[in-house]
Amino acid sequence: MGEPLVFERSVPGRRGFRLPPSDVPARKLADLLPPEQVRPAPPPLPEIAEFDAIRHYTRLSQLNFCVDTNCYPLGSCTMKYNPKLNERVAAMPGFAFLHPLQPASRVQGMLQLLYELEQLLCAITGMAAFTLQPAAGAQGELTGLKIIAAYHRRKRHHRATILIPDSAHGTNPASAAISGFVVEKLRSGPDGLVDLKELKRKLTDDVAALMLTNPNTLGLFEREIKTIAALLHEQDALVYMDGANMNALLGLARPGEMGVDILQLNLHKTFSTPHGGGGPGAGPVGVQQALEEFLPVPRVRKRGHRFAWDERARATVGRVHGFYGNVGVLVRAYTYIRTLGREGLSRASQVAIINANYLKAKLAQTYPTAFDGSCMHEFVVTLKALKAQGISAGDVAKRLLDYGFYAPTVYFPLIVDEALMIEPTETESKETLDEFAQALIEIAREAKANAEMVRRAPHRMAVNRLDEVKAAREPNLRWIAPEFALQSAAMPQRRDDERI
Amino acid sequence: MPVPVELLYTKTHEWARREANEVVVGITSHAQEELRDVVFVELPKVGKTVKQGEAVAVIESVKAAFDIYAPVSGAVARVNDALVKSPQLINQDCYATGWMFTISPNDPGEVSNLMPSEEYTRHIEAGAH
Amino acid sequence: MDYAPNTDAQLQEMLRTIGVGSFEELISAVPADLRARGLAVPEGLTEPQVLELAGALAAKNRSLDEAVSFLGAGAYHHLIPTVVDALALRGEWLTPYTPYQAEASQGTLQAIYEFQTMVCELMQMDVANASLYDGASSVAEAALLAMRATERPRILISEAVHPHARQTVSMYLSGAHAILQEIPTVNGVTDCEALGKAVRDDVACVIMQQPNVFGCLEPMAQGSELAHRFGGLFVASVYPISLGLLQPPGSYGADIAVAEGRCLGSPVAYGGPGLGLFTTTSALVRRIPGRLVGCTVDQSGRRGYTLTLQTREQHIRREKATSNICTNEGWLALRATIFLSLLGPHGMQELARLNLEKAHDARERLLELPWISAAFDQPFFNEFTLRYDDAMNLDTIHRTLDTAGILGGFPLRDWYPAMPQASLWCVTEVIRQDGIDRVIETLKRIS
Repeated sequence: MGEPLVFERSVPGRRGFRLPPSDVPARKLADLLPPEQVRPAPPPLPEIAEFDAIRHYTRLSQLNFCVDTNCYPLGSCTMKYNPKLNERVAAMPGFAFLHPLQPASRVQGMLQLLYELEQLLCAITGMAAFTLQPAAGAQGELTGLKIIAAYHRRKRHHRATILIPDSAHGTNPASAAISGFVVEKLRSGPDGLVDLKELKRKLTDDVAALMLTNPNTLGLFEREIKTIAALLHEQDALVYMDGANMNALLGLARPGEMGVDILQLNLHKTFSTPHGGGGPGAGPVGVQQALEEFLPVPRVRKRGHRFAWDERARATVGRVHGFYGNVGVLVRAYTYIRTLGREGLSRASQVAIINANYLKAKLAQTYPTAFDGSCMHEFVVTLKALKAQGISAGDVAKRLLDYGFYAPTVYFPLIVDEALMIEPTETESKETLDEFAQALIEIAREAKANAEMVRRAPHRMAVNRLDEVKAAREPNLRWIAPEFALQSAAMPQRRDDERI
Repeated sequence: MPVPVELLYTKTHEWARREANEVVVGITSHAQEELRDVVFVELPKVGKTVKQGEAVAVIESVKAAFDIYAPVSGAVARVNDALVKSPQLINQDCYATGWMFTISPNDPGEVSNLMPSEEYTRHIEAGAH
Repeated sequence: MDYAPNTDAQLQEMLRTIGVGSFEELISAVPADLRARGLAVPEGLTEPQVLELAGALAAKNRSLDEAVSFLGAGAYHHLIPTVVDALALRGEWLTPYTPYQAEASQGTLQAIYEFQTMVCELMQMDVANASLYDGASSVAEAALLAMRATERPRILISEAVHPHARQTVSMYLSGAHAILQEIPTVNGVTDCEALGKAVRDDVACVIMQQPNVFGCLEPMAQGSELAHRFGGLFVASVYPISLGLLQPPGSYGADIAVAEGRCLGSPVAYGGPGLGLFTTTSALVRRIPGRLVGCTVDQSGRRGYTLTLQTREQHIRREKATSNICTNEGWLALRATIFLSLLGPHGMQELARLNLEKAHDARERLLELPWISAAFDQPFFNEFTLRYDDAMNLDTIHRTLDTAGILGGFPLRDWYPAMPQASLWCVTEVIRQDGIDRVIETLKRIS
């Protein structure tokens, strides 16, 4: 049984929250606002009681898988445990109830935290400076690309191209295009890594930068990264690293020493901040010394024992956020880094890598990996052998839900046919890994013995496969009260150029 | 389904039909099968100047979006408004009611760049995508 | 303290299963000259040590609990019902992934559908997305959308739009062959005469903020009409709490309406995370950036929810996507949904009324001081700009207030150098009569 919509639970006259009465003299509305500025009726929101809200939103929550209840071995997402200690610290009034425009003298603890976080990220990654402003990885990419553009403008280069491997995450080319660059795809070599010959071929004097992920989305370390960086630098082009897979490198290797010029991190991946059903995240961007002047402003500076915002612009690319970035997320990440410390962070990557290789070994007989050799913290298997039974990677993903596992990333990276990208993270126990491997092996057996069951999965969820074609052809993106529904059905679909 | 012999074809799976002083354009059955359910079609603006081989329209399925290329150069003369409400016409009847747009061609010689039905049939049998 | 459960003994066993003798063998692909030598980060801490450390940092901040605050200027301190945290902190809301696998995410998807509906109802617009990063980047995305939809390069933006939003628009537009033109203000609102002259057929959109950065109410209907005169779009950047009482963007013909939605149930948190509300008319739905949740049915005919129109997004369209956004502000959207459902129509109206009345009362009392005058003579909601006599030193005023535990208005001189004696004051429902009394008393002592 599905849960009704909150609007369907609305009863006129119900209230979920009462406000204290006004303690100032009452005034006529007409004396305060011109009538044309006043809304004729309040917004038509639902009317429910507090207990209705508790019941409704609690029951809805129970329809979700979540990290707290289910394993999410999603490649390149790093769905690790979200420590509750981080929540407690972020909720402290001394962090949660601060106004961004309070004078520096009254927020020294906040400024110190932000300053120290920047220093910690520099130490971990080997970059010289960070901006904490970008609100997510994609916004970090945008910021990094604007820095690349600014760098070349300063040098009076005309560079319009960004090289991106065909294994890259979709945000990479999207960010490049939105930043005004042309994307040139680099075909990966037969070993799944950047092909040096292909790179040399495409490294024209129109190339502004290479965007790569290391380890890449196949979970393989780009061992030629220093050579690759040298090739780019020879042309005075830059190397941008998507740090989504940083969970493989903590205490192991530092991008700053690999020749990387710009790096964005995803705090909601490597640094344990919760995904929240789609954010908030944070995407700090680190740079080498030579690019520091282009970073967004303001930045936190330390003078003696005092911290302050430095608004000085110089060559900044500008501002990406209303204030200083997703500070609440930054507080959680800072807490995590201080909790783990140097041994904890190193251990996290080690265990992440061992967990991934262990899982790969357990699955080896049934699911071949796309590329040979050890992987780092994630690996990609191909399910193309199941095509013979008419089963796709997507079907296997759906059947895994019946076993209580959120499916690994499917159909990505694009260069592997029927791909399943698996990243267990270090916080999954050996027992869970064994259960997960067992489930996948069982599904492979089912694919042969009872293909129909896999094709029609999932069977144990609140809903089974949804009609996505209907959802796209007849978009129903909001609830409309039944008395208005007939009216809007009668309204013709307008083409989006009709407005002009 | 055999490919209609009276039409001309592109390597990118568009068909073209000469009709008075317009060239009618759509996509082939091979293409709509690969695409699966069409959920939305982005048609070019009437009057837009297009070049042979230029991407001028987009067809969307649930999981993917595909560029549609102009088989000849000229100006877009008419577009099939029925596709706004019923994009599935492309799946149901791609050579007739599923037509997408027409072009007033400005270079009559260009049609020689297009493939007749037998050549197109060989093209798809050779495993072209 | 770390959170990896496997013990060293288990890890050894696992290495044996993998078929290697040591961890080092697994990372042989990493060249020796790239191997890090240690990690220059302090030692890890146990929970009690972390709480001590964090507590010490927090104690160096004076929170809004400890001071009476009249700061607004783009970040607003409002009540948060207890039920919002009680629900939102459940693991099932805090820790799921983005809802790509619909069958395992019906809670999140339905909540987003409810959010999209409520945001439409609040703004009186046709379509809302599942959120963008914050108000500032939402204005920027609106400008980009308008440029693509109209295929025109010029953006007209009022000087009375928050400077941080204007800076973000500028950043997003750099490299996009766009012309960003600012429209001046007169007596605290957008100069419609100047706007009328600036609107031409190369204008993609006109952007105005309601209430504007000075707290003044803008002639939005007029701005909308001027934008449409030459076929441009009208973009409204609005304040959600005000929409309990003020005319919503849909009523004055906005094509795109955006807002900073953090004030709906989430703490100020030093300015972030935010919650970008993004709405459009139905004509623009295919161009909307960000995620959209749609209602549909499953194979058994049951109603369900799924991400839809995904071909706009980065994971499919890649370089032709409507935006590069992936992770957005899902958890804050959930909090806003709970908040709006608790308050309901009458609660939102009352909340807006409280803000309006308290602010008007405070302003009246502040204006009684001989050295304070109104900067503008315009209707306002809960924020207003005061002007201190030239003889008064703003720093002294603010220091005095600070010592008395009061965060006075925000000095506007850094944002608007032509207004060196101006101060922006905001009064929300959290301010009590005795808070205003204290301010007046303290200010009276300054002469």
